[in-house]
Amino acid sequence: MAETIRLQTPLSDEDVKRLKIGDKVLLNGIIYTGRDAAHKRLVELIDAGKDLPVDIRGQIIYYVGPSPAKPGKPIGSAGPTTSYRMDPYAPALIAQGLKGMIGKGPRGEGVVEAMKQHGAVYLGAVGGAAALIARAIKKAEVVAYEDLGPEAIRRLEVEDLPVIVAQDAHGGDLFREGVDRYRQD
Amino acid sequence: MREVQAQQITGAVKNLCMDANFDLGQDVVESLKRSLEKEESPSGKEILEMILENADIAREERLPICQDTGFAVLFVELGQDVHIVGGQFEEAVNEGVRQGYAEGYLRKSIVDDPVLERKNTTDNTPAVIHTRIVPGEQIRIVFAPKGGGSENMSEVKMMKAADGIDGVKDFVIDKVSRSGGNPCPPVVVGVGIGGTFEKVAMLAKQALLRPLGQRHPDARFAAVEEEILERVNRLGIGPMGLGGRVSVLDVHLEVFPCHIASMPVAVNMQCHAARHKETVI
Repeated sequence: MAETIRLQTPLSDEDVKRLKIGDKVLLNGIIYTGRDAAHKRLVELIDAGKDLPVDIRGQIIYYVGPSPAKPGKPIGSAGPTTSYRMDPYAPALIAQGLKGMIGKGPRGEGVVEAMKQHGAVYLGAVGGAAALIARAIKKAEVVAYEDLGPEAIRRLEVEDLPVIVAQDAHGGDLFREGVDRYRQD
Repeated sequence: MREVQAQQITGAVKNLCMDANFDLGQDVVESLKRSLEKEESPSGKEILEMILENADIAREERLPICQDTGFAVLFVELGQDVHIVGGQFEEAVNEGVRQGYAEGYLRKSIVDDPVLERKNTTDNTPAVIHTRIVPGEQIRIVFAPKGGGSENMSEVKMMKAADGIDGVKDFVIDKVSRSGGNPCPPVVVGVGIGGTFEKVAMLAKQALLRPLGQRHPDARFAAVEEEILERVNRLGIGPMGLGGRVSVLDVHLEVFPCHIASMPVAVNMQCHAARHKETVI
């Protein structure tokens, strides 16, 4: 039975293992942002055996390139970008201790294997509900790669950010299960 | 002969950039509300409710509906009796985009070279401008910002006449199926048939400009639209691909004459943030 769970970052292995697909999560605490360009740089550092600009152990990365903040607001609109583009990079980050990813659309086999092996969870956010999601973001600051503009790594403070467990650390896949349930042949 | 100042074009484009990104069209909102009634999946219903709430917030607070405020794509019908003065047409359009994306706090999502350095151009230009010269003294400008996620799920296929209308239907349905949750369903599907390699892609994009719920004027193509719509909504993809009854809001076909040896077909996928606004100068 799917639950609604309030979670605080950073995530432990126990946090990750208890999450099952369909669970609704209200996320609280610090999360980091990153997408294509930042991931490429991070994995280049990992491959070269160098330190990352951010300690990702226990952390969650939200695949988002927010629109600019209006004066007086912490962030602009901030919905998820499509996750499969980060599939080539995610396993390396998961192996380094990343515990969660937020995005939209299904993840591929390589990512699922890394999630099972190291214990990580994939959370789905609603694409295009970007102004609504932004209300859950209380603070935002660029912490790395400022030159990437919307693609910079940002540190976000979130309060009850609404996400759903889309793919869990046990190989569960809500995309597959959902489509199987509602497909009419 | 009527004179139009380049500055007027810039001002009009600037306002379109912001309006399109803040104010979701009524036809789309109505379609989403009808989808909420039809949807049976609990997560699907919740997602549709969030999308509708988001549209209200964006309109009321003048915030982008989606953080991907898109590639600036414009369709211009330039009356042949118009004389543009005080500046160059395409520069005026690009300046309008520059100003609109700055003033509206819209995202600058364009990189200069697509494959080597990919450096952000910082002002969301250049725009993609499709211009037709038409009779008359007016300039009609349609602004349709296109996000990357749905655009990435689009495809052109050079089919054979022998593939027939069934081949076209199968290609479109298969494309929607393989795209799954990636283009932010529920989607709008623009289909082009005919023309040439580049023309058919244009047809598919132009198909997306038609109001949702409006059928093709030719009853034969209207029937094809309805059949594809019914069949894709049996795929079970649902809102955000998490399973449900509503995967596609509408299917629009645009057709054009084509070569005796060819049958080009294109699918331009559009997410539920189907944004387009127009004005006439």
